[in-house]
Amino acid sequence: MVHQYKLNGYDIVLDTCSGSVHVVDDVAYDLIALYKEQPEDEIISALMQKYTNRPDVTEEELRTCLSDVKSLEAAGKLYTPDTFESMAFDFKNRNTVVKALCLHVAHTCNLNCSYCFASQGKYHGDRSLMSFEVGKRALDFLIENSGSRVNLEVDFFGGEPLMNWDVVKKLVAYARTQEKPHNKKFRFTLTTNGMLIDDDVIAFANKEMHNVVLSLDGRKEIHDRLRVDCAGNGSYEKIVPKFKALVDSRGGQGYYMRGTFTHANPDFTKDVFHMADLVFDQLSMEPVVCDPADPAALTEDDLPIVLEQYEILAKEMLKREQEGRGFTFYHYMLDLTGGPCIYKRISGCGSGTEYMAVTPRGDLYPCHQFVGEEAYKLGDIWNGVVNTAVRDEFKTCNAYARPECADCWAKLYCSGGCAANAYHASGSIRGIYEYGCKLFRKRIECAIMMKVAQADLQ
Amino acid sequence: MNRIKTLETRDLKKSAQTGGCGECQTSGVANQPCENPSK
Repeated sequence: MVHQYKLNGYDIVLDTCSGSVHVVDDVAYDLIALYKEQPEDEIISALMQKYTNRPDVTEEELRTCLSDVKSLEAAGKLYTPDTFESMAFDFKNRNTVVKALCLHVAHTCNLNCSYCFASQGKYHGDRSLMSFEVGKRALDFLIENSGSRVNLEVDFFGGEPLMNWDVVKKLVAYARTQEKPHNKKFRFTLTTNGMLIDDDVIAFANKEMHNVVLSLDGRKEIHDRLRVDCAGNGSYEKIVPKFKALVDSRGGQGYYMRGTFTHANPDFTKDVFHMADLVFDQLSMEPVVCDPADPAALTEDDLPIVLEQYEILAKEMLKREQEGRGFTFYHYMLDLTGGPCIYKRISGCGSGTEYMAVTPRGDLYPCHQFVGEEAYKLGDIWNGVVNTAVRDEFKTCNAYARPECADCWAKLYCSGGCAANAYHASGSIRGIYEYGCKLFRKRIECAIMMKVAQADLQ
Repeated sequence: MNRIKTLETRDLKKSAQTGGCGECQTSGVANQPCENPSK
């Protein structure tokens, strides 16, 4: 499968099943588009007619270009057939290990953000904190179910995890004592709204947290519109100095700012640039996913604005990089040469199989966005996964699980998309969140264009 | 003249034989660093 698009002055051709990326001129772009549609002589004739005023477009030149296309096809870099589907069907029989847990150490929060998927941290249940005993058992469960895998990941999540900070510190200390006996290496991450960051949090996070995810929505008026405390006060002025102190103390590494944009700011690049101008240079800004009836929900009218914003963002990032003040954007950090293998690209994030969320009382769910959905409860940390039907459903929920994805050029970049988004949009994890698909495809087009531009500049 | 330039990319077909070690970080998916990129 081949996907062609033009962006920022580049003509780009993607070969989905080999992962190849080609930058071509307009003549080759047209030739590749016709290559599988018409006989060679008709292609030559059509292009000679189209480029009649171009002295560089001769029949000899076109036949040379045609020969180059044939060579790429023979080398498995263009029109590569899709032979991966049979692999995807074997996934249910794969023996998977658990390699990451999202520990919900606090089902409570000190903010009251209206768009929160976790229902202000409570996940549609009661406020609660994870005890050390439950957390310790969760870590033991992870070690026991991780097979021979060495690298294990634990994300401290909520709600607001800093509201249970002492337990977080004790759990990290316990995990460190288990590394050598079990030949494991724990990689901890922390997702926080920043309200409770102090010197102790900074020192401990810098020592133990591989990554910290800091929630900031951008401009003050945007951030404070939805990210408010229980009295309705905005949190921007309180958290930005704390985030700056934390990031500065980490040497600007091992963090990223994570914002959410809504119907109130489809012009979200202004918020991204605002964060960059605040000295933060590792950024993400995610489209809100919520009930379409929610006033914050993105609308069809927002879609063309958002798509254009992604292009504006990519071009501005290239410009700032040239000026020596570049920043990263989560979705534009493609690694073309050292990125994921085909198994990872088919299977995606591993929710429900390799990655699970643990509630404060020890229940297991496929991921943090399914917590509170009783039908998706997998089991608990004492008895393990007992709802094998749900686990198997997630095992086979991959890039080839949906007929709608069969002709999508981006399926090996998105791996079939986010199961939680699909569930919330369609009622099934095998459903389609088409709005999200449109945004994802645009982001990948922009990310690859940036790679092309960077190669061009070199 | 050369009208086509091909960027260096990981060969997905080849990775079907060499990949799948499972040591990679959980995830975004497409920008995830591979723990064994030499493969």
